[in-house]
Amino acid sequence: MLYINCPHCGLRSQNEFAYGGDATVKRPELNKEISDQEWDNFVYLRKSPRGKHLELWHHISGCRQWIKVERDTSTHEIFKTYKANEAIE
Amino acid sequence: MSQDFRLDNVGMVNREKKISFKFNGKKYFGFEGDTIASALIANGVHLVGRSFKYHRPRGFFGVGVDEPYAILQLDRNNERDPNIRATEQEIFEGLEVKSVNCWPSVNFDIGAINNFLKMFFPAGFYYKTFMWPPSFWYKIYEPFIRMAAGFGEASIKHDKERYEHKYEYCDLLITGSGPSGLASAYAAAKNGARVILAEDKPRFGGSLLTSDVNIGNQTGVEWTEKIIAELKSMPNVTVKNRSQVFGYYDHNMLVMSERISDHLPKTQKYLPKQRLWYIRANEVLISSGSIERPLVFGNNDTPGVMLSSAAKEYMKVYGVLVGKKPLIFTNNDSGYETAIEFKKNGVNPIILDTRSNPSSDIITEAKNLNIEIKFSYVVVAAKGYKKVKSADIAKISDDKKELFNIENIKCDCICVSGFWTPSIHLASQSGNKSKFNEKIDAFVPDKSKQQENTIGSANGIFTLEETIKDAFDKGFDVSNKITEKNNKVSVPTVVEKKSTDHDKFWCVPLPKGKSYKRFLDFQNDVAVSDIELALREGFRSIEHVKRYTTLGMATDQGKTSNLNGLQLVSDIENKVVPQVGHTTFRPPYTPVSIGAIVGREVGKHSKPTRKSPMHSWHEKNNAVFVDAGVWLRPRYYKQGNEGLFEASKREAKNVRQNVGVCDVTTLGKIDVKGPDAAEFLNRVYTNAWLKLPVGKARYGVMLREDGIVMDDGTTTRISENHYHMTTTTAQAANVLSHLEYYLQLVWPELNVNVVSTTEQWAGAAIAGPNSRKLLMKLFPDLDVSNEGLPFMGYKEADLFGVPAKIYRISFSGELAYEINVESDNGYFMWEKIMEVGQEFQIQPYGTEALSTLRIEMGHVAGSELDGRTIPYDASLEGLVSKKKDFIGKRSLNRSAFTSTDREKLVGIVPIDKTTSIPEGSYIVKDPKAKLPNPKLGHVSASCWSVEYDNPFSLAIIKDGKNMIGQKLFAMSPLKNKTIPVEIVSSHYVDPEGKRVRS
Ligand SMILES: [Zn+2]
Repeated sequence: MLYINCPHCGLRSQNEFAYGGDATVKRPELNKEISDQEWDNFVYLRKSPRGKHLELWHHISGCRQWIKVERDTSTHEIFKTYKANEAIE
Repeated sequence: MSQDFRLDNVGMVNREKKISFKFNGKKYFGFEGDTIASALIANGVHLVGRSFKYHRPRGFFGVGVDEPYAILQLDRNNERDPNIRATEQEIFEGLEVKSVNCWPSVNFDIGAINNFLKMFFPAGFYYKTFMWPPSFWYKIYEPFIRMAAGFGEASIKHDKERYEHKYEYCDLLITGSGPSGLASAYAAAKNGARVILAEDKPRFGGSLLTSDVNIGNQTGVEWTEKIIAELKSMPNVTVKNRSQVFGYYDHNMLVMSERISDHLPKTQKYLPKQRLWYIRANEVLISSGSIERPLVFGNNDTPGVMLSSAAKEYMKVYGVLVGKKPLIFTNNDSGYETAIEFKKNGVNPIILDTRSNPSSDIITEAKNLNIEIKFSYVVVAAKGYKKVKSADIAKISDDKKELFNIENIKCDCICVSGFWTPSIHLASQSGNKSKFNEKIDAFVPDKSKQQENTIGSANGIFTLEETIKDAFDKGFDVSNKITEKNNKVSVPTVVEKKSTDHDKFWCVPLPKGKSYKRFLDFQNDVAVSDIELALREGFRSIEHVKRYTTLGMATDQGKTSNLNGLQLVSDIENKVVPQVGHTTFRPPYTPVSIGAIVGREVGKHSKPTRKSPMHSWHEKNNAVFVDAGVWLRPRYYKQGNEGLFEASKREAKNVRQNVGVCDVTTLGKIDVKGPDAAEFLNRVYTNAWLKLPVGKARYGVMLREDGIVMDDGTTTRISENHYHMTTTTAQAANVLSHLEYYLQLVWPELNVNVVSTTEQWAGAAIAGPNSRKLLMKLFPDLDVSNEGLPFMGYKEADLFGVPAKIYRISFSGELAYEINVESDNGYFMWEKIMEVGQEFQIQPYGTEALSTLRIEMGHVAGSELDGRTIPYDASLEGLVSKKKDFIGKRSLNRSAFTSTDREKLVGIVPIDKTTSIPEGSYIVKDPKAKLPNPKLGHVSASCWSVEYDNPFSLAIIKDGKNMIGQKLFAMSPLKNKTIPVEIVSSHYVDPEGKRVRS
């Protein structure tokens, strides 16, 4: 079970969190004309990298903040966690 | 029966307390502190089971978790526990155990015929024997395998025992209380670290309990007792026996199973049977020791052949002789310790040492004790069926290939020692890639993967002096990283007699003309010949060989067999063992009961139960409840002999004719507050929200980004910057997460906060033509006329002194209002509504009537919004704004979503107006068409229309909007029904929606 350092609450067990997928995906702006391909990429297409991955976790049984977690998908090592609006190094 | 094999005044069992127990129905006596194994051996019982495949007689092989043979089934307080290791289970008064995998009895087992049909059970027999003819599989092969397989039977009854979970944190977890565990725990604890020391056996000390050593001028046992006593007195130390750390998971989370009551006749009050500890440790020292390796020879599975360390422990800990004419077969000094112990207890052993000319202090001691030692000697085969009676022994050539002077000697047990295998399971589970240590012919942990270090013999360190010194250092080092106290204790002096040399020889060749079975895996009956066959058939990867032969796949996970299997593969393949590699170790290290894993989350505790504040009123009024997510909701209120159908019909009819009241507390409620709240709702919902005035509610639909309907509900503008959103009961949590996602990550510039208020408000929906009259009486000072409180209006008022919120919204299609009060006032509100409503023939109605009302009105709910429908499909396209953008809008342009013949919501009525249509039925054109019959759609919800007194259903069918008036068929293969139906509008009742606005 992962041990996730919530930037708001500190180290908490994985069972307090819900996984939220790839954190690098950016939603297209509202009212912007975009191609079907661009929209499909946003809605459906996700990379599933082996190794470092920036992902979203929701501290659902804690502070209810969405956070970003930089994690190695094969070793589960967590390198750094970020608040939702924090700049990614 | 008397305990003929019990020694006087030897061992650690409590002679004051005699305990009786039953094995296979027969009564035996042992002492407090005995295991089933030690007590049976004391009584001369060695036949306890039958092997898995050939049903060969099985005795005891080990003395702990490594035991491959003695798996029994335990009955305790009418509970049944299969897969109990006799070497671990302590006896208690009244204990009853029996053998498994034998029928009709362990002495006469019909399955033993398999032993004579060996040719049908070679490696991979599952894949070969049971293949043809295919029709035999269900009828003959599978039932036969099911009857023959398995170790015991699980009970089908509910387990009444209590199991607990515990979460713990520590600086240092140490897994095993042998010399390295004790030394490191002591060093770390003295340096101020918070330490947990776990020992799987009842007694602490590990090998110190049985080895003849001296630490700091004390015996191993004395030193253990001193250290444990001191550790127990320290507030920063937790010491646990009967506790197995069986799993090493991510981020230094380890799981330990504590057997609290398994050794007692009955679980004590306020204590669980077992407790599962989830331990998050900053550092872990793995001190799980090593397991003695078997030597392989003919019929080496005969009862009476056992590990030499086990024989020694039975003597020293339990005061029990495993035999009175022992043969010790060893390739290292460990066998000598056992021999000397026998000699000290007045029994004359014979040692067969595979080495030609070894020397050490302990060998000298054995010689001085006049123990008979034969160097360069091996056991060729054990003789005897249910117990060893003699052994064929032989002199072996220096190249270990040829046997000379084969002779038969009498013996009643053969104690084998093929050196030691470190228990690297936990390190391996942690992710540590092991490395092969040539010197000890075994794998040891390599570089630490997580915060773990392995110490003592688990790390391949077999001299006590080095073990103690290394463990003191490691205990200090890892604790000092955390505490920085620099408090180092001195390392005691150590005296030990045995050397750690061993002979690499482990498998005795077959003498000419003999075909003895030489077993590697004792639990799964995998012999040398099986591995040889697998390799001949082309299996190369050790993972494939394992699965094909089932080597190491039994409940003991090959603790005694893995390494010999690898050796054999490497010998045949002419590779070195590290090239062959080993199979993966996975948790659990030892079997864990399902009860312990489940813990308290069983039955009604498996999930939380949520009840509305009016729950007790519903109970008092004969409500029959239904699970709605984690909520309990009244399904109907039973009157007299009514069933579901009659009651829900009565309740729904009463809503249409008079007035009904429904508990709607469970609906999700979310407060949306902030200056940008309107803009936010405008982006979340498909329809327009910017112009909703204060004091007005609006129905809204929200989509996922892929265009699928996520949820619907009404949201009311309470004040300028404050909205009260409602969601369906089921989606409440998801909707809140969804809103938080957009506010925190996508549009952080919006100044809006959301919070769940579901539990803050109790809700009652009042519906029916009399509901306004009722409202006038409930709120005499309020203008509730159609002008004063119009459809979708909102008012705050006083309900007999209690503040209330009134929303004029409707689920039922009738004139309806929803009253919300603070949860604490919910019961009061409900009682007042029932009391005042009496003169208007009010009746409460449950979810079943609610469904009927919404279905015949064509209102969609969860069964239509099933994660596949877009607004058009559910006839919600009128709510989709063309002007503004919102979540999921772009997806609605996708070609599949704009096609004109999409499945769409319709109503269906059976032609005969009497046959109810099962939910989930398919709609087809021709019921007799060739299969697969093209499916036009499916029935999503069914009810008995109280308005028209006939069945009515909602369905989602292809090109639904052009199908009205068509005559089709509803088919339910599950219910074996085919019903002719007519497609009608989904708005079956009041299609213009006049009633809600009346
Ligand atoms: Zn948090």
